[in-house]
Amino acid sequence: MSEAIKAEDFKQIGSRPIRPDGLDKVTGRANFGADFSLPGMLHGRFLRSPHGHARIRSIDVKAALAVPGVKAIVTGKDFPDVEPGDIQGGEGGGDYHDMAVNVMARDKVLYHGHAVAAVAATSVRAAEEAVRAIKVEYEPLPVVLDIDTAMAPDAPLLHEHLYTEGLPEKPARPSNVAQVMESSRGDIEAGFAEADVIIERTYYTPTVHQGYIEPHACLARWGQDEQSTVWCCTQGSFDVRSMTARVLDISVSSLKVIPTEIGGGFGGKTTVYLEPVAIVLSRLSGRPVKLVMTREEVFRASGPASASKIKLKIGARKDGKLTAMSAWMAYEAGAFKGSPMVPGVMCVFAPYDVPAFKAEGYDVLVNKPKVAAYRAPGAPQALFATESAMDELARKLNMDPIELRLKNAVRDGSQAAYGPKFHAIGMEACLQAARAHPNYKRPLGPNQGRGVAVGFWFNVGMQSSAEIHINEDGTATVIEGNPDIGGSRASMALMAAEELGIPYKDVRVLVADTEAAGFTNVTGGSRVTFATGMAVIEAARDIISQLKQRAAALWNVDADMVDWVDGKVVARPGVNVEADPLSLADIAAQSAKTGGPLLGRASLNARGAGPSFSVNLCDVEVDPDTGKVDVLSYTAIQDAGKAIHPSYVEGQMQGGAVQGIGWALNEEYIFDAEGVMENAGFLDYRIPVASDLPMIDTQIIEIANPGHPYGVRGVGETPIVAPLAAVANAVNAATGLQMTELPLSPPRILAALEAAKG
Amino acid sequence: MESFAYQAPDSLDAAVALLAEQREASVRTQILAGGTDMIVQLRSVDRAPRMIVDIKRIPETRSIKLGADGLILGAAVTGAELSARDDVTAIYPGLVEAADLIGSTQIQGRASVGGNLCNASPAGDTIPALIANGAICQIAGPGGWRELPVEDFVVGVGRNALEPGEFLVALRLPAAQPRSADAYLRFTPRSEMDIAVASAGVRLAVDEDGVCTEARVAIGAVAVTALLVPEAAEALIGTRLDDAACAAAAAASTAAARPISDKRGTEAYRRTVVGVLTRRAAVIARDRALGGQA
Repeated sequence: MSEAIKAEDFKQIGSRPIRPDGLDKVTGRANFGADFSLPGMLHGRFLRSPHGHARIRSIDVKAALAVPGVKAIVTGKDFPDVEPGDIQGGEGGGDYHDMAVNVMARDKVLYHGHAVAAVAATSVRAAEEAVRAIKVEYEPLPVVLDIDTAMAPDAPLLHEHLYTEGLPEKPARPSNVAQVMESSRGDIEAGFAEADVIIERTYYTPTVHQGYIEPHACLARWGQDEQSTVWCCTQGSFDVRSMTARVLDISVSSLKVIPTEIGGGFGGKTTVYLEPVAIVLSRLSGRPVKLVMTREEVFRASGPASASKIKLKIGARKDGKLTAMSAWMAYEAGAFKGSPMVPGVMCVFAPYDVPAFKAEGYDVLVNKPKVAAYRAPGAPQALFATESAMDELARKLNMDPIELRLKNAVRDGSQAAYGPKFHAIGMEACLQAARAHPNYKRPLGPNQGRGVAVGFWFNVGMQSSAEIHINEDGTATVIEGNPDIGGSRASMALMAAEELGIPYKDVRVLVADTEAAGFTNVTGGSRVTFATGMAVIEAARDIISQLKQRAAALWNVDADMVDWVDGKVVARPGVNVEADPLSLADIAAQSAKTGGPLLGRASLNARGAGPSFSVNLCDVEVDPDTGKVDVLSYTAIQDAGKAIHPSYVEGQMQGGAVQGIGWALNEEYIFDAEGVMENAGFLDYRIPVASDLPMIDTQIIEIANPGHPYGVRGVGETPIVAPLAAVANAVNAATGLQMTELPLSPPRILAALEAAKG
Repeated sequence: MESFAYQAPDSLDAAVALLAEQREASVRTQILAGGTDMIVQLRSVDRAPRMIVDIKRIPETRSIKLGADGLILGAAVTGAELSARDDVTAIYPGLVEAADLIGSTQIQGRASVGGNLCNASPAGDTIPALIANGAICQIAGPGGWRELPVEDFVVGVGRNALEPGEFLVALRLPAAQPRSADAYLRFTPRSEMDIAVASAGVRLAVDEDGVCTEARVAIGAVAVTALLVPEAAEALIGTRLDDAACAAAAAASTAAARPISDKRGTEAYRRTVVGVLTRRAAVIARDRALGGQA
């Protein structure tokens, strides 16, 4: 990989043009998942489990089939048995067999809201009436709703044949713990023995939802030639294709997935719930079938983020130097294995250079919906613990919290706790920027406090493809396969325009379907601007090498006698050509003469995704009489490597901060004793509204990532990692409390304040 | 959503006649004003009405009359229309604030004070403010015209005192005393788009020496209906509304509350916070009463 380009060399990268999809989205013209319809289309509705855990004794659909307008009903029996196997692609852990059983329950329901049957009918009303007419006999089983209950030796089992993986040998008895993992280095006993100060606490985070505004939706059409087409809102059309094919035991070549515009995903739209069901309903009815979740179904039956319990212990010398860290980390997976425990274990100590550490992780099954990825999966929970403990350590040592972190920060050459040696990272630069930021010096009033926390995410590369078609007037079309959830069309267009030496407005970007775009992994892992961007740059360079050949042919010289300079092909110094340099448009206009249309392409498995660090500052005021927290000021500082489109980098930083603040303050799934979620709507599942928060201040740090031609590193996930602890640390500073359980809702804070008064 | 018939009579007499007709025919009928609660409820099949009677074309439901006798507020007047009236806001700032808290800007253009009252939610924002102001419901029906104090109008969760064929036409608020004012506060975890965990409305008057001569205190979201709390008012009357008096009123509200624990807050939390809100609302009303001549 070539060295990163210097900032001053860019002509368009770093500018802030309007995104190509922007006007359609703000005027309502953009088509989202639920916007597609076909002639003869049926509407589907689900029957979902009223129990948190139960055996299905029988399902009787006779009366439901008799409802006028009903064309098809499916239950678990209409789906093939799927062999176990780790899910490839997507953005979270899990198993294909489990995915199939999650899509439609077989012998057991494992959470309240688990799909038991689905109906397709000529109207929504008829489908709903038929759903009410399905008779299911259940044998209720005890529900398991938290980590401690699930891990108890005599706990009721969700899966009778699940044995803990990751132990030296297969255990004798089945368990609700699907996997254990340990990561360690150095002599931890000696490390803690050397410590002058030890902080040891247990931290809890609740089940939360990504809160994307657009519910899951799809339209499926099965054909008698066994070819199916699906329109759906997803972060990964190729993932929907492979997962649906696996669940239905069909070939990927018999399925075309057309991604619609997507109204938020944040990791939650990297798996399938509706698509296999819609295809089977379409096959049985011979009609296209549309399935759209209600908001309530999204809460009850899509994939929220793991609740966690983390016991953390850190030791340091009086000078603030860390001597040892240990963590016991349990993550709820929901009803099927595959929580983000592994990345949690890998990142819990990632920001710090500590001589000895040990982290053990547990993937724990409970009777809740199977979790899905949520922005930096596993990291917000892990770093909430680490950064809360670091804050407490700073206070114990009477040391500035940024100073303490600078003393222990990983830097170039540090061996990451998760393995590799760090190179060109921005942790120190972010800390120094935070210390110098005016918001770090703002005076605080009574009941006000300031919190600091560090965020981190690995970032990934993975597979991407891109094509660039040059039009006859020298404008360009970029074809790629990543649904645009954060302004990626704009970034792709900027990178293509930069390389090709044409204006941004002359580049159109098409997010194509699975038969029109080359294979591309999910829009997730903060990978798109990095990896698909790299493919676009390489496709543009493919065009440029062709342009040089075409120009050389026109000038009747060898291709190695011309160069691409400043958006034009020029003859090398000393080469005798009596012609003006040729731009892309010049050559495109005469492409017929030189070999036909210009088409560039690239496909790659991107390596070298640099991790992104962040530092967040948060000021709050706590109402001592009601426990309510008001966020007064919030500052997100993050290393973006190179910000291709700074507005959309800032948008990621602000959006992640808002979601993290919501997680810290008010968001949580509230379950009753039977496992029924009591707040399955945005009224009582409280994501912040605009008036709750100040403008989130941002500062982009640019430490070029040597793994990308422009220095890009992923920015989409790191922003949600620091806010949980930043907010909690600010609340603790304002109140003198030491809060260890989220959310920091007013009743919880008031109870803690009253307890502290004695 | 089930299908239904819709009519919009343009006079009180026409509305009364239409409702009587529907009642005779045993048609499940629902009154529509702004519809911001009702249209959401329509999606629930069990409660779906077969006939919707829109009262917004009846002039009496849409007018705001402020005079020497007090305020007559049409039942279908929206929050936005009420907030736009500076003359009403000057006298009943607490009531206007309560109405203004309901929903977003878009909802404000539709949602009515009368609808908020008829919906009879324990957490309805205008209800404690109306009770504190001593509002009287003006009701039309087959038996003619009747009046009922607001505190007797809501009889349970989602249930009001309207008989079949009756509907709420307007709310009558008594004229304000000199040196009097009201205030309303609610507690929600979010700044807007939320439902009260607890709330308190206070109206009070002071004499020339700053001694409280009259007071009414009402609390919301801490019982099946909003409650008038005479003990809280008594704690204020005859005092200079100092810290001790306001704290005593807070304690009275806390004692009068009969909250439940649910997803929005625990019983203990609601008891504490309804006291805090009573104290803070009393202080705001006092400062308004002392600061400006009503």
